[in-house]
Amino acid sequence: MFHWLEKNPFFFAVAVFVVIAFAGLVEILPNFAQASRPILGAKPYSTLELTGRLVYIKNNCNGCHSQLIRPFKSETDRYGHYSMSGEYAYDRPFLWGSKRTGPDLMRVGNYRTTDWHETHMKDPVAVVPGSIMPAYTWLFKNIADVDTAYAEQLTVQKFFAVPYNTELPMADGSKVTVALADTLEGARASALEEAKVVAADMKDQAVKDAVAAGQVPEIVALIAYLNRLK
Amino acid sequence: MENRPLEYDYTVAKLFMYNAIFVGVAGMLAGVVLAWQMAFPQFNYILGVNFAEYTNFGRLRAIHTDSVIYGFVLSAVWSTWYYVGQRVLKVSMAESKFLMFAGKAHFWIYMAASVIIVIGLQLGITSSKEYSEFEWPIDAGIVVVWVLWGISIFGLIGIRREKSLYISIWYYIATFLAVAMLHIFNNAEIPTWIAAPGVGNWYHSVSMYAGTNDALVQWWFGHNAVAFLLTTPIIAMSYYFLPKESGQAVYSYKLSLLAFWGLMFVYLWAGGHHLLFSTVPDWMQTMGSVFSVVLILPSWGSAVNMLLTMKGEWQQVAASPLIKFMVMASTFYMFSTLEGPIQAIKSVNALAHFTDWIIGHVHDGALGWVGFMVIAALSHMAPRMFKREIYSKSLLGTQFWIQTLGVILYFTSMWIAGITQGMMWRAHDEFGNLAYSFIDTVVVLHPYFTIRAVGGTLYLIGMVMFAYNMYKTMTSSRVVEESELQNATPMGA
Repeated sequence: MFHWLEKNPFFFAVAVFVVIAFAGLVEILPNFAQASRPILGAKPYSTLELTGRLVYIKNNCNGCHSQLIRPFKSETDRYGHYSMSGEYAYDRPFLWGSKRTGPDLMRVGNYRTTDWHETHMKDPVAVVPGSIMPAYTWLFKNIADVDTAYAEQLTVQKFFAVPYNTELPMADGSKVTVALADTLEGARASALEEAKVVAADMKDQAVKDAVAAGQVPEIVALIAYLNRLK
Repeated sequence: MENRPLEYDYTVAKLFMYNAIFVGVAGMLAGVVLAWQMAFPQFNYILGVNFAEYTNFGRLRAIHTDSVIYGFVLSAVWSTWYYVGQRVLKVSMAESKFLMFAGKAHFWIYMAASVIIVIGLQLGITSSKEYSEFEWPIDAGIVVVWVLWGISIFGLIGIRREKSLYISIWYYIATFLAVAMLHIFNNAEIPTWIAAPGVGNWYHSVSMYAGTNDALVQWWFGHNAVAFLLTTPIIAMSYYFLPKESGQAVYSYKLSLLAFWGLMFVYLWAGGHHLLFSTVPDWMQTMGSVFSVVLILPSWGSAVNMLLTMKGEWQQVAASPLIKFMVMASTFYMFSTLEGPIQAIKSVNALAHFTDWIIGHVHDGALGWVGFMVIAALSHMAPRMFKREIYSKSLLGTQFWIQTLGVILYFTSMWIAGITQGMMWRAHDEFGNLAYSFIDTVVVLHPYFTIRAVGGTLYLIGMVMFAYNMYKTMTSSRVVEESELQNATPMGA
């Protein structure tokens, strides 16, 4: 049979393809319907949080920081409850990372503050002596891309039925609604409102001035995202 | 006329060879900068604080990985395809104007995409998926490049004179098919302009998969991108260049059959080992572990077949730097494909995952196996393409030892770093509290990061020597006759 295949490239290619595709069919497809269901308490990203998530991706934070807490005592002691699949239901793309040059950030919002992040991003060594993380000073100057985040929100709402403007039950019995604006102007305005809350806790005058002037520096969006990781 | 030997046309093979050498040096330089950044963070500001946005570790990391995988290795793979393909199929590229055009289009569209990718990554345009960072316009461009390569493969096969496909061709076909499948599924994404035309960046897109599913597809891709870009085409090279260079027949046809079909079936299952103890279903994690261990069989099948091809001819290892590179490559392949399955065992993975041991594993494979095989392949081809001998044998031999030392420093330091950090992360004191804060586990790695950076620098120095040697080979070394190009590659002192 193999000699025959080696003389018949078409059938050879078909045979190779069937053999390599087999594992994907068995392993990957069956899980799809199941695993993307949100867990109780999971909520979609707000405009500013998603903007911050794009900043996180743009700067490849996931290259050094994981967002996946494994079910070991040493990990839950350090980072909090181990990760559950439904917590990631609104993560497109996933940001688990593959390397912990720095610590896990899955629940960093539970134990770090706006102030801590601001100081740390400007000069990591000042907060964590011995840190090998570089300073991210440009985040304080660059203006974040709120528009693309809004476009992403519209996309996931339309194609994946992500429940914006819908009452969602939380684990403590309360209800939360994540708003999505009807217009780009509305989205910009709501992102700015969120940004003002973050900027109020910050010290950098240039950042405060930018927010007061109606702009959202990247650092503000990023901190909004990090604060929501819980 | 009919009795003259075929004149093969290496136009496209040469183009890809130039790029492989250039990007090889550039991509490894980026890697060396990254290595020094981890040892001494001030290298993040290597062009000053104002440029740190573009020179920091986060931005450079993808440029390093993508340029060595898709620039250096893939160019070398295609260079060998446009060389080996003609030879084992007994047909010349010059016989088909169409295939020649497709081959040139393949190269130039690939080059255009490469330039856009590097600029984009430098600006922070990324989908965040490792080794698949490109946004949808580039993903579409990659499909075009891939289809053009497919046209070349099946076009040359279509007009072949040798009816039976040689082992190397099996592996090129497998590379083509598997990467096509992986690329399309992993990059299934929805451009945001569909739902929101004119809002935000037109090139932005959203992954079709969320969370755990996205991770599954990504590592099914990520693991097999390693398999089908850094393994199968390299095996294709070794099945062609080792027998050619040594003048020995491949040790066992049956072993090559077993290794090929075994690898095809088993490799795709093993992606789950990147997701052990994650939120991926447990049975998949176990399958990932089990199949990773099974993977030793077909991997060692190829490697053993290579090494036994040298049976009775081991004096050639001492005599020829090319044989040295290839035998060392096969040895590193065995080594790396044993190390990988060990890391895929759940209890080992609990320690190794997220640490530098994984980085060490990647690099003993990439530098020792892939890099060495590519260097040998390019060195074998150059005298036959340019009709000149290798400029300097002693330079090539020195390069071999410098690079071997570099790889050894690299993986030994990363073993120690990874296991040290993994052990410190899980250490508890007598009251059950964590014994170390995270930063303790970073500071302790400094000496190993430094050793790794030295190892990487040595490998880069070897690459620069290689680039110089190849440049001289192409331009000014002694012209050789066809009769000198039988087996062992002719080399100057």
